[in-house]
Amino acid sequence: MSAVITASGLSKRYKSSLALDNVSFQIAPGRIVGLIGPNGAGKTTALKAILGLTDFTGELNVLGFDPRKQRDKLMGEVCFIADVAVLPRWIRVHEVVDFVANVHPRFDRKKCEAFLARTKLTPGQRVRQMSKGMIVQLHLALVMAIDAKLLILDEPTLGLDILYRKQFYQNLLEDYFDENKTIIVTTHQVEEVEHILTDLMFIRDGRIVLDADMDAIGERFIEVMVNADKADAARALKPIDERQVFGKSIFLFDGVERAQLEALGETRRPSVSDLFVATMKGTYT
Amino acid sequence: MKNFYWLVKREFWEHRGSFLWAPIITGGVMLVLTLMSIITAEVFRSRSGMHVNGIDFNAITAHMGADALNTVGSALDISILAPGILIGMVLFVVVFFYCLGSLYDDRRDRSILFWKSLPLSDRDTVLSKAFCATVLAPAIAIIASVVTGLLILILMALTASLHGANLWQMLWTLPHPFHVTAAMLSVIPLYVVWALPTVGWLMLCSAWARNKPFLWALIIPVGSGIVVTWFNLMGLFDLDNKWFWGNVVGRALFSVFPGGWIPGQFANEAGSKFGHAATDNHQIFAGMLDLSHNYAVIASPQFLIGAAAGVAMLAGAIWFRRWRDDS
Repeated sequence: MSAVITASGLSKRYKSSLALDNVSFQIAPGRIVGLIGPNGAGKTTALKAILGLTDFTGELNVLGFDPRKQRDKLMGEVCFIADVAVLPRWIRVHEVVDFVANVHPRFDRKKCEAFLARTKLTPGQRVRQMSKGMIVQLHLALVMAIDAKLLILDEPTLGLDILYRKQFYQNLLEDYFDENKTIIVTTHQVEEVEHILTDLMFIRDGRIVLDADMDAIGERFIEVMVNADKADAARALKPIDERQVFGKSIFLFDGVERAQLEALGETRRPSVSDLFVATMKGTYT
Repeated sequence: MKNFYWLVKREFWEHRGSFLWAPIITGGVMLVLTLMSIITAEVFRSRSGMHVNGIDFNAITAHMGADALNTVGSALDISILAPGILIGMVLFVVVFFYCLGSLYDDRRDRSILFWKSLPLSDRDTVLSKAFCATVLAPAIAIIASVVTGLLILILMALTASLHGANLWQMLWTLPHPFHVTAAMLSVIPLYVVWALPTVGWLMLCSAWARNKPFLWALIIPVGSGIVVTWFNLMGLFDLDNKWFWGNVVGRALFSVFPGGWIPGQFANEAGSKFGHAATDNHQIFAGMLDLSHNYAVIASPQFLIGAAAGVAMLAGAIWFRRWRDDS
């Protein structure tokens, strides 16, 4: 099957800075891609370009559409949740459901109402009377009832408590995701999404610094816990990161033979957050 | 078409208070004031011991000449028009601030990201808002004015009949009430086109301004008016500043005022065919209510150029709505 998104040579300049610097990537259907980067790295700009919310230079094809020219058609196939507080504050639950049901051809009202029935939301409630967690429940109920090919989540769980955050991703996996859908998610709470991601993209200073699926990452990056006596031998293999835990050193290697590392100590797959910290070293300095 | 209907409905949900309740409440207040003044009049009359009993209205009308009958008719017209004038002022405020906020408020609170996540074009979104400003809100306001006016008339007729005068016949035999109602409804299309420059200008500011759209919307036309006046005072070039204030600044800011074309028309006519006759009250009323007289404004250049400028500014608003990227 052909790619959901194909980008080549994507650039976007704001007045003073380059938000996207000649970025190229492809995203295949049926994937859950984590787009992860420090603040101001260009994540949101990349998503905005995909959604047709901003102008840019370069080639971008999303589900066969050019987001610059065919934004309204594209939105029939794409859904997005841009952080929590973007539902209009004056609208009531039944109004927003009515509205989306009548303007979105792929919206399944029954499905939405079933999702809403599982929450404490009432039809007459206004968004301004809801907590952040409830707003995101409403937004998620709307989005999950739309049979879209691509779902884009930009910091969807920002400011939510852990119960809502867990529930959010659980609902998404259990009731929404299947092999015909693609999800792109940006978040700073990497630990919460790393077990659901199939692909990982790191972005830094407008450039993609890592773009691989999780299996490839498990092959390429290896973390080894090394006793003090073998630490120097480990350092000789040029680890990309080193930290101390309980008198042992933990080294992170990029593209070193697994057999070679197993001789040094216990190997394991690094967590996405450790990988992120190692990759982004020096970003703010 | 269905999308457009729902977009308009969406606007109505959001602005129910100003579109629907503001004119209804204004009308209600007028009714209450009328009732209060009638009661006051009754109380004073009974205290002073005056009794006006048994006036035979038929006898009066029979003795009234055509002129006098006309005067009574005009008085009835005024009582229908009066609520219209007050509700018209409310409408002006409502539409003015609605347009200013229409493409700005959702950028400020970032809910634009939700609206833009739906398969709706920016063109339809902007046009639905322009439709609400030029058709929906005025139509509701006019209906509220007419209903209030008729209720006031009925109230007056009831009071009169308490004193034995039969105003009912007057109400239903004279063509005035229906004539006024029909005239007010019939100017809606005229209002739509007349209001375009202001609606276009305010919505353009609303779509373009990164902050404080009200200030920009005011400063640019007023500032340019001041510059023109200054040049004029300096005698640098001969641009008619009165013309500029009236036809550029005024049209950009105040065209959403209902019946804004009427003063200009009378000014024109005072100088031409009517002579000072146009200052006669009857003539003014007849003119305000006369369809062909109202629609004569269509042919005037300030009407046509204003409409074209309004359409161009709406197109600009659509463009900014599409590409403004600050949320």
